[in-house]
Amino acid sequence: MEQKKSLGRIFMNGILTENPTFRLVLGCCPTMAVTTSAINGAGMGLAATFVLLFSNMVISAMRKVIPDKVRIPSFIVIICTFVTIVQLVLQAYVPSLYDSLGVFIPLIVVNCIILGRAEAFASKNPVVDSAVDGLGMGLGFTLSLTLIGCIRELIGSGSIFGIDLLGAAYQPMLLCILPAGGFLIFGLLLGIINFVGSRRRKAA
Amino acid sequence: MTMNVLLFLVSCVLTNNYIFSKFLGCCPFLGVSSKVSTAASMGLAVTFVMTIASLFAYMVNAWVLVPLHLEFMQTIAFILVIASLVQFVEMFLKKSMPAIYSALGIYLPLITTNCAVLGVATLNVNNAYGMLQSVLNGTFSALGFLLAIVLMAGVRERLETSKIPECMKGFPISLISAGLMAIAFLGFSGMV
Repeated sequence: MEQKKSLGRIFMNGILTENPTFRLVLGCCPTMAVTTSAINGAGMGLAATFVLLFSNMVISAMRKVIPDKVRIPSFIVIICTFVTIVQLVLQAYVPSLYDSLGVFIPLIVVNCIILGRAEAFASKNPVVDSAVDGLGMGLGFTLSLTLIGCIRELIGSGSIFGIDLLGAAYQPMLLCILPAGGFLIFGLLLGIINFVGSRRRKAA
Repeated sequence: MTMNVLLFLVSCVLTNNYIFSKFLGCCPFLGVSSKVSTAASMGLAVTFVMTIASLFAYMVNAWVLVPLHLEFMQTIAFILVIASLVQFVEMFLKKSMPAIYSALGIYLPLITTNCAVLGVATLNVNNAYGMLQSVLNGTFSALGFLLAIVLMAGVRERLETSKIPECMKGFPISLISAGLMAIAFLGFSGMV
């Protein structure tokens, strides 16, 4: 590495500059599928963060041992190990979250963010930097999923994290927690973020 | 029997469409849907792989993992089966059917990380489907994916020429079109 990036910058890179959900638009399947409520979004985000953190660390520690030709299968096996750990732990201790995330827990393996970070960052950088990168990317993903989850839950069932906010008089708009709502809300959020981004670039 | 298969087809393609009701395979759905021809190739490649992947995943699960009590290795085993299968299919097509290979070639490696393929393998096991049902589920769900991605590409080709606010170009407008299509597909719910 020519110039050493500070750890703080690597960390913030994942949360803001290269936010995996809103900036890179990676891993959209879980983004839309599990964000029917804030708690599901946060749970999925944290599970992915755990996998990202540890797979980044292990891949970075083994980057000099893994031959270049078989790196992708090796990465997948490492990622898969941590996904299986998450799956078994959730099943044992948080069965309700395990049920509501369903098939999307094993599918963390094919989440493009994780393989993407392994290939783009962990395979080229030392262990500590990779760990920080994994944590930053993971938290960026978690925050985005929680945000989408909050919006969909608020409109779709009138509550956030299961706490009723809008009162009994509010007629929940069911569409928002149906799949169609996922596409619409995610699309509108991306549009708003692009709009704000272009305004700020113009002002600067 | 025939009637059941037909009902299963309708339910996989229309009511429980992988894209519009399960969100499986959204990445290629959004990534490779800018032209109808490429979208159709991608859809066909996925159909091909999902059918064989369902069969092989079923065999690995029922004949290897369950007898050895290694069910916790399911995800690792499936992803390895899928990855090697995709590699194998690619080599096979290159050697013996170069015409199909040149049409599908570049899309095949992408399929390993298509969550619809791993998703169908896992769902088959979760729903305790038998061998025939697993394979049918793989094929029919993939046909649903094919339908969705081709429809989406048709919409996006029209969007190219229409006037869209700057900030909504690209992903945002595609997601919103997909949302509207999902609402249309909601109309099929309750049919089967």
